[in-house]
Amino acid sequence: MKFLCVECDRQMLFEERRLPGDGTLAAAFRCPQCGRAVGLLTNPMETQLVASLGVKIGGTTIEPQPLETVRGMVTTGRDDAFEDGKGETGNGNGPLPAWSREAQDRLARVPNFVRGMVKKIYADYAKERGIVEITPAVMDSARSDLGLEGM
Amino acid sequence: MPLNIRTYHDLTEPDRSGLAGQIAAQRRRVAARLAGVGRVVAVMSGKGGVGKSFATAGLGRALARAGRTAGVLDADFNGPTIPALLHIPVARCALRDDAIEPAVSSDGVRCFSMALLLQDGRPLGFRGPEAESHVWRETLEAATLREFLADVAWGTLDRLLVDLPPGIQRFQELVDLLPAPPAVLTVTIPTAESRDAVRRAMQFAQERGAELLGVVENMVDGPFTGDAGEALAREFAIPLVARVPFYPDLRVWDGLAQRMLRSS
Repeated sequence: MKFLCVECDRQMLFEERRLPGDGTLAAAFRCPQCGRAVGLLTNPMETQLVASLGVKIGGTTIEPQPLETVRGMVTTGRDDAFEDGKGETGNGNGPLPAWSREAQDRLARVPNFVRGMVKKIYADYAKERGIVEITPAVMDSARSDLGLEGM
Repeated sequence: MPLNIRTYHDLTEPDRSGLAGQIAAQRRRVAARLAGVGRVVAVMSGKGGVGKSFATAGLGRALARAGRTAGVLDADFNGPTIPALLHIPVARCALRDDAIEPAVSSDGVRCFSMALLLQDGRPLGFRGPEAESHVWRETLEAATLREFLADVAWGTLDRLLVDLPPGIQRFQELVDLLPAPPAVLTVTIPTAESRDAVRRAMQFAQERGAELLGVVENMVDGPFTGDAGEALAREFAIPLVARVPFYPDLRVWDGLAQRMLRSS
């Protein structure tokens, strides 16, 4: 899927993605020549189909997690399917970001089946950006920036 | 006046979304993970209830007894049975940095299965809109197959057996994901009905470039009559590699393993 600014005959570039949390997706593309922006709005089924392919409109900046699609999409997984802790503290060196109380509460609402992976993704996101404390606002930014529908 | 619009393949500018690139990266991840696998063998049949999983587990354990390294990927996500057939208890999956450790049977057969992940007795459920879910569900199952191939630390294996569900859809997904079509071991029961269904699956596999390694005829001493195994082997000019009774002893599986090892 690509967008073409017909007047300029230039391919529009991805600029921003939003996941409002209702299963839909909004993405903005802008013409690099005239600056005109258009929005791509997908309904829940269209959003799901793209997610099912394991790809993210707008791309992503972090490596995929093991079984990322399975862990993110399966609703009947066992709470104790995966070992806790191992490999879930974020990539790279340096101090781990802290979690605010509100962010911890939000993380606690994520099903156990996927919680470890979600925690690692947020930690990687924060470390990449030098963020020292993960807050709900950071989690919201990560969801949009990384295309984490449903996380 | 009609607009002059370039079409998709006319566009040459860099694409930040890079969906095609993301798909290509997924394929490279599969290829890299399986680089240490000597051969991927799909165990398939056009028909359910012929004993594909039973034969897969028996073959996997026999390969291990023969001193070979074997893995079984249980690709029947809606009816996974391989861990039970390999006597692997359900336990927590260990995470490495970039992969999940497979479960390992007491014989040394590595295994990954949806049965290791699902709640007891619950069907495989996916998050998503219920309406028209057939549009995306098969795509999600294909993504699951991709992740079972690419995200499990299979390591070095002589054989990776892929236990397919009935039908041909999962085999097509496997062909799409692997760098080259897998070899195919076909399982049938003796009946004419099974022969006709399995023939279609074998034809499908052959048309997609898969090497047919042989036919296993299962349940040969039971109530079923017919010669499906011999007939299919003759028709496709491949060996009938095993005739498996209801209660096979180890020699049956060991013989099958030896024939499989000689086939490459």
